[in-house]
Amino acid sequence: MRPTINTRVKQVSEVIGLVHGSGGEASRKLVEEMVGTYLANPVIEALDDSATLDLNGVRVAFTTDSYVIDPIFFPGGDIGSLSVNGTVNDLSMVGARPVALTLGLILEEGLPMEDLHRILGSVKRSAAEAGVLVAGGDTKVVERGSADKIFINTAGVGLIPKGLKVSSADARPGDAVLLSGSIGDHGIAVVSKREGIAFDTDIVSDTAPLNALVASMLDVTHDIHVMRDPTRGGLATSLNEIALKSGVGVMIEEAAVPVKPQVTQACDMLGFDPFYLANEGKLVAFVPEASAAAMLEAMRRSPYGRDAVLIGRVVADNPGMVVLDTAVGGRRILSALSGELLPRIC
Amino acid sequence: MKFAAEFRSRDLVAGIARNIHRASTGKWTLMEFCGTHTVTIFRHGLKTLLPDNLKLVSGPGCPVCVTSRADIDRIIALCDVPSAVIATYGDMIKVPGSRMNLSERRARGADVRVVYSSYDALALARRHPDRKVFFIGIGFETTAPSTAAAVIKAAETGLDNFHVLSLHKLTPPVIGALLEDGTEVDGFICPGHVCSIIGARPLEPVARQWKKPCVVAGFEPGDVLQAILMLVRQLEAGESRVEIEYARGVSYDGNANALAAIERVFDTTGSEWRGLGNVDHTGLVLRSEFAGFDASSFIEQEIEPVPDPPGCRCGDVLRGRISPLDCPLFRKACTPERPVGPCMVSSEGSCATYYQYAGEASE
Repeated sequence: MRPTINTRVKQVSEVIGLVHGSGGEASRKLVEEMVGTYLANPVIEALDDSATLDLNGVRVAFTTDSYVIDPIFFPGGDIGSLSVNGTVNDLSMVGARPVALTLGLILEEGLPMEDLHRILGSVKRSAAEAGVLVAGGDTKVVERGSADKIFINTAGVGLIPKGLKVSSADARPGDAVLLSGSIGDHGIAVVSKREGIAFDTDIVSDTAPLNALVASMLDVTHDIHVMRDPTRGGLATSLNEIALKSGVGVMIEEAAVPVKPQVTQACDMLGFDPFYLANEGKLVAFVPEASAAAMLEAMRRSPYGRDAVLIGRVVADNPGMVVLDTAVGGRRILSALSGELLPRIC
Repeated sequence: MKFAAEFRSRDLVAGIARNIHRASTGKWTLMEFCGTHTVTIFRHGLKTLLPDNLKLVSGPGCPVCVTSRADIDRIIALCDVPSAVIATYGDMIKVPGSRMNLSERRARGADVRVVYSSYDALALARRHPDRKVFFIGIGFETTAPSTAAAVIKAAETGLDNFHVLSLHKLTPPVIGALLEDGTEVDGFICPGHVCSIIGARPLEPVARQWKKPCVVAGFEPGDVLQAILMLVRQLEAGESRVEIEYARGVSYDGNANALAAIERVFDTTGSEWRGLGNVDHTGLVLRSEFAGFDASSFIEQEIEPVPDPPGCRCGDVLRGRISPLDCPLFRKACTPERPVGPCMVSSEGSCATYYQYAGEASE
């Protein structure tokens, strides 16, 4: 007799799915639940890009991030440059000057030595560009199949200038929303090299250290309310987190948000929305409207802020929501990423 | 893509919207059949540009959404075949079957790969001669030709580890079935991609017998609004014809080569639609001469038809009977991350679109 699928089987027990790493709603819920249940303390609960600690009167930013990107080499960068820039940027987003980082390597048996050299060469160059010291590290090798080529963890520390407080909970009505350049470049560059999707494009990842850009912004004023680098989950998800944590409404002009034509084209082909694609060298900043013009000018003088633009403003209405005035003249809510877009984008 | 950009022009869109306001006096309900149109409407906030007397309802034009739970169970059963690789379009992996979805089956050890075309699946079979590659052929007339072409290619090259589970469905007969079922709409925004294959002619029965105007539309905001304007003008004039708005992509008689490929590989059969039940002549199965490529012969378990989960109203959403917002599970028990029904799964499913674009705000 043929077996029959029993439709009354109980719900299968929950396991981790790729959706939990999407950077969207499921990731947020998982992290909040883990932190809330096991790790609750006032520092971690801020859930900013970096933790801020007071060490004997010195304010220090402290962060860690793991990189599992596939493919490990992609147009515009590789897992080495990404793992330095990503951590430098997490430190920069709380206004810290990155000082040093550690490098943890998990290598899969069989990784070509040549690849490892290439990746470490790129770590060296990126650290030099950002002006950070690689102060320590760790190397582990696992058997074939237990990791995919190479995973990297970096942890970093930075110094926060006296009196400066930048947090994603500090957006205020009247703030201008500034974006440092075009969105979606990293997501499309990585996807274009994925097995099964590969297509030709001249888009390269925007992976870059943003500490020099942030330094030039802080030269204008220390009165910067929020900075975020919209990585996994894209600009839409970052804006929603800011709106939610700050309890404000955010109005965005779609037509003002720069998207390269090749990115638009790839999105049309693949059914993606650039608002949800990962960026690795962009930041969004919330500053008082009065300083917006000077801030934009300063950003545009910095190499990684050349295309900086004003994309919107903060209002008191609709707290926790991001409203998009669409390029064709309609209006809609811009939600955070839900579900899984593409795994292992960073 | 300068071509598409023209149809995203703010001035063009504002002009068409003004004409719609001028042209419409009656109260009309239009159905956008295709999920891609639903996304265009929400993504660009088009409902905020329309007069209040025009109502848009979403139709069953999302192939993932209309796939029955039993068909998902059949894919899950294929995972148990030794050395199986499941090659599928990404949207399928989260559609709930009666016990689990493909993503959960993958977390428990099945080899499930997301592909972007049938040719990617063919390449997978070529690269892994020791594995059995099961390509999940899903979609309307839009994707059926590429599945057919892959089967023809596999036959020509003797690739015997490539198999297709055909879940393909046909569009025009199901529009008739919807109307027979009592769905109350005044006109149809018809799917441009489907009609680029089949042409506009197969829609004539809808316009002639059911007296419902049909306009084949492209997917840019300007396209959709122009199609709405054309429908409103027909309705206000008491006419019901088939018109093509998407002339840059669709000819009245369709794509002869693509139709020939479908014809060569597939036979039509009855097909199970979620919400509508079994509808005659709306499914495609591999013809007997291609039986060796038919994945269904590997399914040994008997798959029983299963009802929708309690409370789920995907069936009514797919028939345009209710808006996703009227479903008691929407945004509560049913979210894109924990979808109960398939309309919340596909990025082009009505419920997922209403969720992602916060449809509440524009109703």
